[in-house]
Amino acid sequence: MGGFFKSSIGRKVAMALSAFFLMFFLLQHLSINILSVFSPDTFNEVSHFMGTNPVVQFALQPVLIFAVVFHFVMGFILELRNSKARKVSYAKNNGAANSTWFSRNMILSGITILAFIVLHFIDFWFPEINTKFIQGDWSGTMEGVEGFRYYEELVHKFVSPLRVGAYVIAFVFLGLHLAHGFASAFQSVGASTIRKKQLQTFGKAYAIIVPAGFIFIALYHHLNH
Amino acid sequence: MNLTLKIWRQKDSSKKGQMVDYKVTEISEHMSFLEMMDVLNEQLVNSGEEPVAFDHDCREGICGMCSMYINGEAHGPDRGVTTCQLHMRMFKDGDTITIEPFRSAAFPVIKDLVVDRSAFDRIQHAGGYISVNTSGNTQDANSIPIAKDAADTAMDAATCIGCGACVATCKNSSAMLFVGAKVSQYALLPQGQVEAADRVRNMVAQMDLEGFGNCTNTGACEVECPKGISLENIARMNRELMKASV
Repeated sequence: MGGFFKSSIGRKVAMALSAFFLMFFLLQHLSINILSVFSPDTFNEVSHFMGTNPVVQFALQPVLIFAVVFHFVMGFILELRNSKARKVSYAKNNGAANSTWFSRNMILSGITILAFIVLHFIDFWFPEINTKFIQGDWSGTMEGVEGFRYYEELVHKFVSPLRVGAYVIAFVFLGLHLAHGFASAFQSVGASTIRKKQLQTFGKAYAIIVPAGFIFIALYHHLNH
Repeated sequence: MNLTLKIWRQKDSSKKGQMVDYKVTEISEHMSFLEMMDVLNEQLVNSGEEPVAFDHDCREGICGMCSMYINGEAHGPDRGVTTCQLHMRMFKDGDTITIEPFRSAAFPVIKDLVVDRSAFDRIQHAGGYISVNTSGNTQDANSIPIAKDAADTAMDAATCIGCGACVATCKNSSAMLFVGAKVSQYALLPQGQVEAADRVRNMVAQMDLEGFGNCTNTGACEVECPKGISLENIARMNRELMKASV
């Protein structure tokens, strides 16, 4: 099996497996974030559970970080190898005649998402790690805020129109990435013959609904606070 | 039709090439693209210039010899045809047509529009066969029952003529549509089962060794393939390799 992951197909399968995990994570992340629109208290409760539960913190979180790092490192490795496979470019190439722009530019949408992840880490993940692991404060509270702090932090981040703009752009690119990536991951693991049409329809719906959900949350809090 | 042609000229594999402009006049819309190239070459020979080297053989879309990247597409703007089946009626009077060789590090240019596609032969040699002596031992076809859909799908895969349009079109120069088709045509039939695991392992290993890129599932190869080889063959090859690796 070790040899398999060294082959071109093995690398694509590994890429797809990390994509499956990340797509599942996105759905879970959206499900929790959307609670902030309907019930700040429930959002706080669920966020505190996710932020303090040992299984989430010490088992799922490392897997998630590994999947994120693996997905973009492998993406860059594959891009590099692919660029070596054609040393002389065409003088005229009509890519639009046979494929979609987003399928040909996964690296571009991927880099945009990566830039967003850096911003997202600076916004939420690093302060969270600092509070819990460096300062040792696992209470989920902060001065001047009644109850848990998570809703307050979320709302505060969406005050700046610049940040909201960056979030919206990043999620549009995430949508484009998923519009190709969803079906592509299934094709890579050889599953696309089974219910191909349904899978493609579901993939397109996923690529629209998930990013649109995140954009809605950002705009909702920006316009209401 | 009067046309301007921008053609890649390269003396040999060691020299640097460049695009050169040519004019051709009175081209009939009923001519095939290769006949138009013949007219150009006649013109070049008559004026004492070196004719443009290009691959061709059967000129009826069977042999897979003709190539050419025409106006940014492998085998030109028509669908389901090879360059020899492409007709000049696909172009308009006064058009400028860009003609380049199939580009891939694994398909080095030999001269002008001729590329070395022997990488495909080496992939075939690595496993694209069954080790059964069929000469003189032909069985009754009905003695090995094969489901109609399996026979049809295998036949569809076997229609790949190995022209290399998939590689030329793919933004990553991936050969996975070709290898997928060659793996599939045996994987679907009982005769191919005995060597199935070795076949896919060896063919994929050779494909990687030749320096082709990875498939990113853009689907461009399927669109440009003159024989309409389906992406399902790539999915099947991936499954076959996974099966062979566990």
